[in-house]
Amino acid sequence: MARAAVQRRLTWRRGRVTRRVDETPRVRTLVLALEEDWPGHLAGQHVDVRLTAEDGYQAQRSYSIASAPEDVGQLAITVERIGDGEVSPYLVDELTEGDQLEFRGPIGGYFVWDETPGGPLLLVAGGSGICPLMAMIRHRAARGSRVPTRLLYSSRSLEDVIYREEVDLLAARSDGLEVFHTLTRDRPAGWTGYARRIDLEMLTEVGWRPDEGPLGFVCGPTPLVEAVAEALVQLGWSPDRVKTERFGPTGG
Amino acid sequence: MDESQLRLDGNAAAGILREVFAMDVSGAQEACASCGTIGWMGAQHLYMYPLAPGAVVRCSTCGDVLMVLVRGGGRYRLALPGLRWLEMREPVQAPPET
Repeated sequence: MARAAVQRRLTWRRGRVTRRVDETPRVRTLVLALEEDWPGHLAGQHVDVRLTAEDGYQAQRSYSIASAPEDVGQLAITVERIGDGEVSPYLVDELTEGDQLEFRGPIGGYFVWDETPGGPLLLVAGGSGICPLMAMIRHRAARGSRVPTRLLYSSRSLEDVIYREEVDLLAARSDGLEVFHTLTRDRPAGWTGYARRIDLEMLTEVGWRPDEGPLGFVCGPTPLVEAVAEALVQLGWSPDRVKTERFGPTGG
Repeated sequence: MDESQLRLDGNAAAGILREVFAMDVSGAQEACASCGTIGWMGAQHLYMYPLAPGAVVRCSTCGDVLMVLVRGGGRYRLALPGLRWLEMREPVQAPPET
């Protein structure tokens, strides 16, 4: 397996969009073809994407790599359209198959999971915070790993759940991946899952006990990430076993 | 808006830091010169906005400034007012293709 070699100089490169996937009404996945000199990535790493206008103005954003490292030759990013953003509307609505996109990566050595650090996994996502965690889930599946893994995933409504079918299919393999959804705004009739923001009680029910030596990855909007991280520490987790990635006000 | 709403993780500065450092800094360990806490750069608080000229990394324990990186006018200025030390990991070499 190609391990991410992070020693190379980080240079801007161009990738061709080979496929677009509609995930939700606001979210689209872009699959980019990679050149052979792509060093490979670790699950959880991101890329910087740069758009250049005709007058030379440039805008840059970071997007998590959603595809597994094993998915060689290509790379997937999943982008949520932010209404008045200057990058995401272009990526979601205008970029089509065959277009080129400028990016650099893989980036980041902290919010990564490569199966070696032991302990069960707790993945907590809010909205498109699922993206880097999806790379971990896909990596886990591709490796045939049976590390006990629980995903707690907060979305506004069922229609807003990104990768819903794939996540449910992977959970149905009964290889140690369990998935818990919470829908904070709209619920379909007969919904039996959680129906509120992630809180201490939910994390007590879903999360691992601290003495089970768990490792947690939390990704999503800043308020969600801070609330979850705080609650886990309150439940007795060691802060250095809770890795966070806040979206913050990205400006889209 | 409450300042904490603007906060990111040091991990998000990994890209701009790679413009200056040969190795990944977000996965490096550091010691805060102010409170002495040892942590990961990627886990410290980061203030960096799409149109900002740089990044400010603060200790997630005491809030003191660890690092400021500003880019502009063809220069990078790196200030390290609050780092006692920074320890980077030697990168993993990719095995030869088989």
